[in-house]
Amino acid sequence: MNDNMTYKNLLINKVIRSIVNYFKRNIGILSGLIFIMILVSFLSENFLTASNLLNILRQISTNVFLAFGMSFVILICGIDLSVGSVLAFSGVLAAYMIGVWNWPVWLAVLAPIIICTLVGIFNGVIVTFTGIAAFVVTLSTQTIFRGFAMLIANGAPIRIINQAYITIGTSYLGPIAYPIIYTAFAMLVCYLLLNKTRFGRHIYALGGNRTAALFAGISATRVEVFVYALSSFLAGFAGIVLSSRMTAGVPASGEGYELDAIAAVVLGGASFTGGVGTIGGTLIGAIIIGVLNNGLNMLNVAAFWQYVAKGVVILLAVLTDVLRKKRKERSSIIKMK
Amino acid sequence: MNSFLDVKGVSKTFPGVKALDNVNLHINKREIHGLIGENGAGKSTIIKILAGVYKPDSGSISFLGNEIHNDTISHSLSRGISVIYQELCLVPYMKVYENIMLGFEPSKGLYSGAESRKRAAQVIEKLGLELPLDAEVRKLDIAVQQMVEIAKAFSRDSKLIIMDEPTSSLSLNEIEKLYKIIRNLKNEGVSILFVSHKLEEISEICDRCTIFRDGKTIISKEVGDLTRDQMVFAMVGRTINNYYTSTHTPKDKTLLEVKNLSKAGVINDVSFKLNEGEVLGMTGLIGAGRSETARMLFGLDTFDSGEILLEGKTVSFRNPHEAMQAGVVMVPENRKEQGLIPQMGVGYNMTIAVLKKFIKFIRVKSKIENDIIDKYMKSLGIKAYSPLQLVSNLSGGNQQKAIFGRWLATSPKVLILDEPTRGVDVGAKTEIYGIIDELAKSGVAILLISSELPEVINTSDRIVVMSKGAVVATLNDKDKFSQETIIKYCIEGAVVHE
Repeated sequence: MNDNMTYKNLLINKVIRSIVNYFKRNIGILSGLIFIMILVSFLSENFLTASNLLNILRQISTNVFLAFGMSFVILICGIDLSVGSVLAFSGVLAAYMIGVWNWPVWLAVLAPIIICTLVGIFNGVIVTFTGIAAFVVTLSTQTIFRGFAMLIANGAPIRIINQAYITIGTSYLGPIAYPIIYTAFAMLVCYLLLNKTRFGRHIYALGGNRTAALFAGISATRVEVFVYALSSFLAGFAGIVLSSRMTAGVPASGEGYELDAIAAVVLGGASFTGGVGTIGGTLIGAIIIGVLNNGLNMLNVAAFWQYVAKGVVILLAVLTDVLRKKRKERSSIIKMK
Repeated sequence: MNSFLDVKGVSKTFPGVKALDNVNLHINKREIHGLIGENGAGKSTIIKILAGVYKPDSGSISFLGNEIHNDTISHSLSRGISVIYQELCLVPYMKVYENIMLGFEPSKGLYSGAESRKRAAQVIEKLGLELPLDAEVRKLDIAVQQMVEIAKAFSRDSKLIIMDEPTSSLSLNEIEKLYKIIRNLKNEGVSILFVSHKLEEISEICDRCTIFRDGKTIISKEVGDLTRDQMVFAMVGRTINNYYTSTHTPKDKTLLEVKNLSKAGVINDVSFKLNEGEVLGMTGLIGAGRSETARMLFGLDTFDSGEILLEGKTVSFRNPHEAMQAGVVMVPENRKEQGLIPQMGVGYNMTIAVLKKFIKFIRVKSKIENDIIDKYMKSLGIKAYSPLQLVSNLSGGNQQKAIFGRWLATSPKVLILDEPTRGVDVGAKTEIYGIIDELAKSGVAILLISSELPEVINTSDRIVVMSKGAVVATLNDKDKFSQETIIKYCIEGAVVHE
């Protein structure tokens, strides 16, 4: 009984400590988020309602999926520009399989995701074996798969009328939309992958110092291919969910989504030079972008101004975070000497 | 008044640490002045102050009779102070003459490449340098690149050239050439501040020297008036009695045997044996093929012919992972580039090669992880306030020990050490020699690759000398090791086996 108690206490302690650490680590970006939320909630009374907040979470789910994949890619010092196209390709392909080929729903979901994962493997293999910059490789696949999406759909959206398929993205569990549940699940998996597996540690090593990782017996090839595959897998899945919500496979969808994903990752504190970044940080980054989109709409800011505002906020947020980290770095060096 | 450079009572504090505490540095015209001190003694800080990167908190600096206040980098350049940093600052895709004239291109309205080239040619002629003016810098050897840096500094009419550890990546021959150029610079009326932690170099090239310790000036004297022991004492602040430890005895069992290892253009017919509990020194000039041989042993490079036998069985590693699993590991030559994952903690860096021991799928057994880290932090004497402390914030010696720890955790049979004490201060060096000795005692076979002859001579049981990709001598008698013989083998490359 006593032992049980202490064990429970230990566990609680551990959980509390990790939550506290999480807040500490992301304090800069979190206070930014809270500041924006307070500001918007003063200006619009509809903002801070449970239904609107859940709405925001649902709206960001596509971006969160892409951003999680992008986090892994940026952690190993790469970039994946193909995710937006892959997302469109996945949705269009699924819509075509259901609408034209009359495939069963499970297969029309599974097949596109698998094909998208193969696209990612292709990206990874080219990057790791040829040494061509990831930017160039994924820029090419971005164009190629946008083209394929257009070809399959002949340029126009393919309507989806299959109810079972539509359920995937539009149903609710109580007040919570399915996409939110998917997001939570994806987050759990990505978190575990990055923090609790050897693979996760290898990612940080590879991003931090590629040569040193090699000298430490880590296979860059395997990690790199897996990371790009993961990014495309998540994009493929997001494409299914999005097409289900739109009840159509839209070949033009997802344009520029890769940039939103990158923005979320960077807002979340990741470094473009690799080796620094967390899944939790990326989530907050995506939430900030979501809150901004939602808030600016609620405040009836004209669409063109929204772009300006978003850009400015992202730059400011990253700037403050960088300054804060620099200061911290300086003080941590001091402690040493 | 013979005041060329006079630094008086300069202090510099970074929040929480006093990097310089009331230091003095006096350099005469036409003088080669040595500045020595361990890592963290304040050498880089004073360099950066003179270069205009940092501003001193207090004290005065006068250069050629002018008081210097709040200089920026371009101010200090135009006053005639140039710094050649350890990491060279050249533009790799530009030609040699373009690099020499960089930022100071002669221009009458328009940039003229021909005019630049002409000026650069004059500069190198005056210095007695031979440089391929039209070659791209990235294609040059590091030693040649350094000469380009010197020419660049000289072309700017520098009156004081500061060289930060200029010999750290040069071979013996190249060092001789560097000394010649430095003397030429002196004859041209330039003063040199030669920053180093190698005492032999200071004795050889410098007229006077200043020794820093913990941000303070300890001694400033004519080099001729100082003995080596005095210098060490001034640097370290204590006398080191047992600089080297060698108490182990090699066993009779061959653990690793390399037979006729060859690779076209790299190494030629390299053979040697390594016993259990033995320290085999491997030395030679830079480019002799030592590191290349080590890379092949560790599965980083392939070879054309020959054989590697581990405990009597032929092995062929395709990558470091396979080598590691077979018990062959390597502490690489270049700690920063090949060893450290800089933005992660010490603990992470120490355990990256043994994750299998404590991570099973998604279960991290923190206790085992902490035990491993604890064990090696204690046994190697790694000074860090926590395993989470960023490895990049540790001193060179502690970083090196962390890399040692990484490999010791894998319980290796063969440990390859490539220049294990490079960039490590004197105190930590002795500790590393102690660790090597302990490891040999416990039966680990150690291949010690090093350019520092005293180190090789005093820690090895046998020595292999390499030259131009081949083994030119194998010295088996520990009592007869001598610096002179080894240097002769290194340079002449005659094949001798005792």
